[in-house]
Amino acid sequence: MIELQGRRIYKGMAEGETLVTRVDISFYGGVDPETGEVVEKDHPLEGKSVSGKVLVMPSGKGSTVGSYVLYALKKADKAPIAIINKETDPVIAVGSIISEIPTVDKIDIDKIEAGRKVKVDADRGIIMVEK
Amino acid sequence: MGLELTKEETEMLEGRHGKATRKAMEIITTLGEIYGAERLIPVSSVQIAGVSYHNLGEAGLEYLSEIAEDGQIRVLTTLNPAGMDMTEWKKHGISEDFAKNQQRVVDAFEKMGVVTTCTCTPYLIGNLPHFGEHIAWAESSAVCFANSVIGALTNREGGPSALASSLTGRTAEYGFHLEKNRIAQVVYDVEIELQTTDDFGLLGKVIGDRTGKQIPYIREIKNATTDQLRSLCASIATYGGIALFHMEGITPNRTSIPEKTEIIGKDDLEKARAELDDKGAEIDFISIGCPHASIADIAKVAEMLDGQRVAEGKTVWITTAKPTKDVAIKMGYYDKIEKAGAFLVSDACCAVAPLEGRFKGLMTDSAKACYYARGKNKFDIKIRNVEECIKEALE
Repeated sequence: MIELQGRRIYKGMAEGETLVTRVDISFYGGVDPETGEVVEKDHPLEGKSVSGKVLVMPSGKGSTVGSYVLYALKKADKAPIAIINKETDPVIAVGSIISEIPTVDKIDIDKIEAGRKVKVDADRGIIMVEK
Repeated sequence: MGLELTKEETEMLEGRHGKATRKAMEIITTLGEIYGAERLIPVSSVQIAGVSYHNLGEAGLEYLSEIAEDGQIRVLTTLNPAGMDMTEWKKHGISEDFAKNQQRVVDAFEKMGVVTTCTCTPYLIGNLPHFGEHIAWAESSAVCFANSVIGALTNREGGPSALASSLTGRTAEYGFHLEKNRIAQVVYDVEIELQTTDDFGLLGKVIGDRTGKQIPYIREIKNATTDQLRSLCASIATYGGIALFHMEGITPNRTSIPEKTEIIGKDDLEKARAELDDKGAEIDFISIGCPHASIADIAKVAEMLDGQRVAEGKTVWITTAKPTKDVAIKMGYYDKIEKAGAFLVSDACCAVAPLEGRFKGLMTDSAKACYYARGKNKFDIKIRNVEECIKEALE
């Protein structure tokens, strides 16, 4: 296990498998609010679903309506179970708060690989990744 | 260091002022922590974006309904445009279904105590802050107008964060709330005489495309009306994400003048015009009023349309705020416009109404409207001044 210390954006605990991208995600227009599938053309995660994953990405981007898309995913039970960022942007921060998704930033995400088990303790801003 | 809260703010965060206020305070304090704010400050005015059901969808509506359960606003709050005219929607071709959902959105805001005038120009209809006042506005064109033309202080809020400020009466002190972040960074010498609203919109595109979010100091503009500045603000925010500029001799903010200087000439404006002019565009939709038309704009258009007839197969929308429309009705402008076969549409605009697939080509005087017509609605576009737009409508 490696332990990484970051900053709490929204509280909570989660444990699951990572879905990793090095490219920012725009939830408005870039993610299907009903299924959680990434639909942004030519995005590295295009065709994959954020649902039930610990989503690891540098930051969010795009319209502030994206916060409501996270909320829609949560209501449809298709949201990521946690979010890990390099720098959380306001769209993701507000989205995490209104949807109550544990979120941590200030993490060196280059150290996290896809498909690994990870424990997120957002209260303390700590994540533990399986080697 | 760190964000310090007053006793009342802490109580809000602990939920002692209800569920909605707690959620709102979580949003405000988290943004404050992300941006390194040391305290929260009171705001006296809020403008909320994310009102059109077309953009919000069912999820956005559900969130607003949840907040409306116990949320009550604390400061004057107005709304951005909706996806339709809230009273005359039927004759503009809006579906029953959409109308029902749009009404539910506005009802949720009304339950919270929001003044449900749906307009992108709140400053024209009674939500007018003064110089130096701290406010929390969403709607990029209004944010730019408030910061630059009025000299009020606001960041570029999103829908939920503006609502959060409304429910708490607070925002975190960072960004454009601090004078040190409002200093001009690059001079633009404008070596052309700008005549009409479309010219000012094109200037906004030229600067917006170039600055990379640096704060512009615009020189050499001898005169500009409020309506022209409105057009500039909308365009400079759309193309450049700019929330603040200074215009020598016209806007009130104090700043040092940067050394870095760029020239804007006739060629630059013509190039921008060419970029917003699709060759062979077949124009079947003409829209004036992005941002929402003032009563002076409407008077001019009414005069041009008086006794005329909009050509077969063309649709004309003049978009404005409901209070402005009411004045237009009283003054007889509404009758002149509608008798000519054009529509004076309140509350909505061509950028947020559900219009995909309804038209082929848009002619407008607004550079901002061009951006959304092309990107969102897939229309061909042509930018022209208001006279030429109306002429096109009648041909």
